[in-house]
Amino acid sequence: MLTFLAIIITAIFVNNIVFAQFLGICPFIGVSKNLDSAVGMGAAVTFVMAIATAVTWVLQHLLLEPLGLAYIQTILFILVIAVVVQMLEIVIRKISPALYASLGVFLPLITTNCAVLGVAIIVAQQSMDFVTSIVYAVATALGFLLALVIFAGIRTQLAMTDVPRPMRGVPIALIVAGMLAMAFMGFAGIKL
Amino acid sequence: MKSSLRNMVLSLGCVSIAVAGLLAAVNSLTADRIALNASMAETEAVATVMPRFANNPMADTLTVDGCRIYPGRVDGRLTGAAVLVTTNEGFSGPLTIMVGFDAEGGLTDYSILESTETPGLGDKAAEWFRDPEGRHSVIGSRDELTVTKDGGNIDGITAATITSRAFLGAVNRARAAFLKFSKQDNTAS
Amino acid sequence: MKPLSIIVNGIIRQNPTFVLILGMCPTLGTTSSALTGMSMGLATLFVLICSNTVISALKSVVPDAVRIPVFIVVIATFVTVLQMVMQAWLPGLYAALGIFIPLIVVNCILLGRAESFASKNGVLASALDGVGIGLGFTAALTIIGSVRELLGAGAVFGLRVYPDSYAPLVFVLAPGAFIALGFIIAAFNRLTNKA
Repeated sequence: MLTFLAIIITAIFVNNIVFAQFLGICPFIGVSKNLDSAVGMGAAVTFVMAIATAVTWVLQHLLLEPLGLAYIQTILFILVIAVVVQMLEIVIRKISPALYASLGVFLPLITTNCAVLGVAIIVAQQSMDFVTSIVYAVATALGFLLALVIFAGIRTQLAMTDVPRPMRGVPIALIVAGMLAMAFMGFAGIKL
Repeated sequence: MKSSLRNMVLSLGCVSIAVAGLLAAVNSLTADRIALNASMAETEAVATVMPRFANNPMADTLTVDGCRIYPGRVDGRLTGAAVLVTTNEGFSGPLTIMVGFDAEGGLTDYSILESTETPGLGDKAAEWFRDPEGRHSVIGSRDELTVTKDGGNIDGITAATITSRAFLGAVNRARAAFLKFSKQDNTAS
Repeated sequence: MKPLSIIVNGIIRQNPTFVLILGMCPTLGTTSSALTGMSMGLATLFVLICSNTVISALKSVVPDAVRIPVFIVVIATFVTVLQMVMQAWLPGLYAALGIFIPLIVVNCILLGRAESFASKNGVLASALDGVGIGLGFTAALTIIGSVRELLGAGAVFGLRVYPDSYAPLVFVLAPGAFIALGFIIAAFNRLTNKA
């Protein structure tokens, strides 16, 4: 249990996927203008990341490694993620139109979210076991959600401030993200 | 182009076949070299950190407490070993180092194999801990090592205390594993 | 469009980093030094030229409904080729760029150019667009890498400019990536008078 706790805290705070690993920056900048869409995107990513990691883990260990086909990892993983996202979209629309209304718009964007593919590859590279992989994936996604929500809160404030013209929009958002990253650096080196 | 089931299946099929062929061809061209690169990096690191040996240390490796040991021998007698150790306590991910010891457990040399530390700082660790100036060389040490910030005897790299801690922790683990191994080896022979 | 104007368009007017704001992950993740930034740019340039060319050649034989999957497969194939070649002949660089090489697959620049340019234009024009956008990306990453290395480590391409004990280390760490990029984009906006 203790190791799982360590994995979770490391993935959310110490090695935050956005602030320390630079993955998932596009949705981080793009979908953080208001709090509702930030939560929706974060939840959708958590969902997809857990399922995609489970599926790619099985494929990596039962298909690619026994057959010596590890070199087609990249191509297989991205196709699997694309398929998972498509199927989720169909399933959610059938089962829960309400959930679809809140998550649906974000799903197509997730295929090209590099955090999803990134986590699938990291899990394979560090040869984590199945349960560890899922815990790591969910915790990483929660870290993403946390980053997105904090950032959305700041950006709603930022929208009302008077920023020099050339710095408006993305530049000032990046600089604020840098300050947040500095705050997150404080978690580095926690002994777990 | 208009989509029909027939042309969709046909185009996807053709693309897949072309892709599979191309990748298999490139793989057959590069696979040997990739495998060679991996084993060469290891062999080179073993050869640089080891004191002296007349055997092939790659041939009889063994694992003690999660560390991989490459024993060096002259005429069957243990002269030291290279120890491969990985730590997850680094600043941003795993840090893998190869540490060499003489028969008595004195540190002869080290080499950093894999580092995900901040570029520039990770590279510094490759030189810092063998630089005889200051109080940060680990070469020749026989005891448990800790950074001065934690009340120890080795100055950490400026602004990279976490990396330094991880490095020294890994060295300590490597030494412990080596001493355990050499004890067993002595009683065996 | 004339060949030269396609290339210039990619480097300045539609610069993928400074104007289109695409491919942020490698832009932040690999620019801790000028050399790694430039290498990442060149790796992306290679995949972009290949994928643009092939996708443009395939555009009339691929049905609309499976267009995107085919694009992704083509891009992923060239990324895999790049991975294998780099592992074989440039293992040090491959290790330095790490996970960002396979992640070229999900770099929005590639799919974006495939969809908005290569699937509408001829093979030669698409290849040139790949060169232009790729060079624009490479130039951007080299500039960001140089600035961060100069500020954070006191050197550019490993050449010492001032002693590194004076350098504020934060610029080679994660926060510096965001902050440096923010200021560089602002400067680009100011220079091109976009804002």
